[in-house]
Amino acid sequence: MALSDVREKPAARPEAARRLEQVKDKVAACIQCGTCSASCPNAEFMDMTPRRMWRALLAGRVETVFLSQTFILCASCYMCTLRCPRGLPLTWAMAGLKQAAFSLYPDRFRRSALFYRAFMDNIRQYGRVREMEMMTRYFLALKHPLVPLGYTSMGIRLMAKHKLHLRLPSAGPGRLAPLFDRAGRQEG
Amino acid sequence: MDYLYYPGCSLEGTAMEYDRSCRALSGALGMALVEISDWTCCGATAARCVDELLSVVLPARNLALAEKTDPGIDILVPCSACYLNLETARETIRTDPVMRNRVNQILAPDNLVVTGSNRVRHLLDVLSRDGAADQVAARAGTNMADLVIAPYYGCQCLRPFHEFDDPELPRSMDRLIRATGAQVLEWDMGGTCCGAATATTRPGVGQALVGQILAGAKDADAVVTVCPMCQMNLERFQPEPVPVLYLPQFLGLAMGLSSKALGCGLNLSDVRPVVIRGAP
Repeated sequence: MALSDVREKPAARPEAARRLEQVKDKVAACIQCGTCSASCPNAEFMDMTPRRMWRALLAGRVETVFLSQTFILCASCYMCTLRCPRGLPLTWAMAGLKQAAFSLYPDRFRRSALFYRAFMDNIRQYGRVREMEMMTRYFLALKHPLVPLGYTSMGIRLMAKHKLHLRLPSAGPGRLAPLFDRAGRQEG
Repeated sequence: MDYLYYPGCSLEGTAMEYDRSCRALSGALGMALVEISDWTCCGATAARCVDELLSVVLPARNLALAEKTDPGIDILVPCSACYLNLETARETIRTDPVMRNRVNQILAPDNLVVTGSNRVRHLLDVLSRDGAADQVAARAGTNMADLVIAPYYGCQCLRPFHEFDDPELPRSMDRLIRATGAQVLEWDMGGTCCGAATATTRPGVGQALVGQILAGAKDADAVVTVCPMCQMNLERFQPEPVPVLYLPQFLGLAMGLSSKALGCGLNLSDVRPVVIRGAP
């Protein structure tokens, strides 16, 4: 992905641009103390620490943020939120970055975006998550024969405990479709 | 009725032993649980990463169902992620009138209204503060006496809402575990993160984080958990086999409930070393 491509995208997607501004507002009072980085259980797996990422975001270096894996690796443990001396909602800000990234860069964050999409479609259809069907639809959307293999041993262990239920997918408008549609209309 | 019960999707699937043991233990403690009828998914971690409004609407729908049938009754939630979503929605509804109006407009065609009047309480909150330890102690024998148990809390029942425990060095399980006669492992990793969903997408993360946690628990005979996601990760990424049980399974075994009623055959880790201490 070219950097110019990254720079142009927020302007082309007003709702994602709005989301990004909301995230910036959430972290605007950051004093760069680094408590978030020191508290993050996944910091060692990140290419950029959370403190550096917040700085890049506030400095307008959006491309640096979205070329990193930092926010994707947020496990939502809320330790940074708990400890932030400025009381910033950092975990929710991370979720806001994920939202913006999935809409701006569906290709770069394809696996996560497709997983969340399969999850939300599953709730829309049935009201509750049907784990087996959700994973099946996720794998079908991925169109990648090797990814499901990584989950095979876990699947077999769960199957042996009768924890995965094979149920026929049902057609129809969806259990929560009217609710989803009303929410969608309100967000416009 | 004492509590409304919101099991959540995991407890119908991969965490079904958590559901069974919650119901069995509640019965033994004389707590009446009434499942919220027609409950739906709380949105899990996914909703917040896709759509901010839906991430409030989905849990709020369940709060509204509870308010409609049983206003003022506490909602007991065993899953930490469900607890966090329901509690976050409740806080939002109570403190943000604009969002409350938006959510109620969306719920109105289903004849639902949400004000956030029912309290949302994690299972551990209820067990640790509503008098369970005395009842466990009264019914526990000496079978668990020489076991050392590592209490593992995970994240989302502790943070960001620290309603019933210290959010960094939690202790609320100590009294419950001691009530069984077992000893509590002294450690400081009970509230550290297992990797949650990042362990699913990046197995290397799960291996590293769970490896550190289980290394910290190496002197314990078993680990007990209060979250389906923690349980899954702690059972999936074990360098050495160690029994991992849900807290109500362990308390139930100590009280003499049958391992079948507590779903002990459904754990992915080998929990027999603990189960044999309980009733046959």
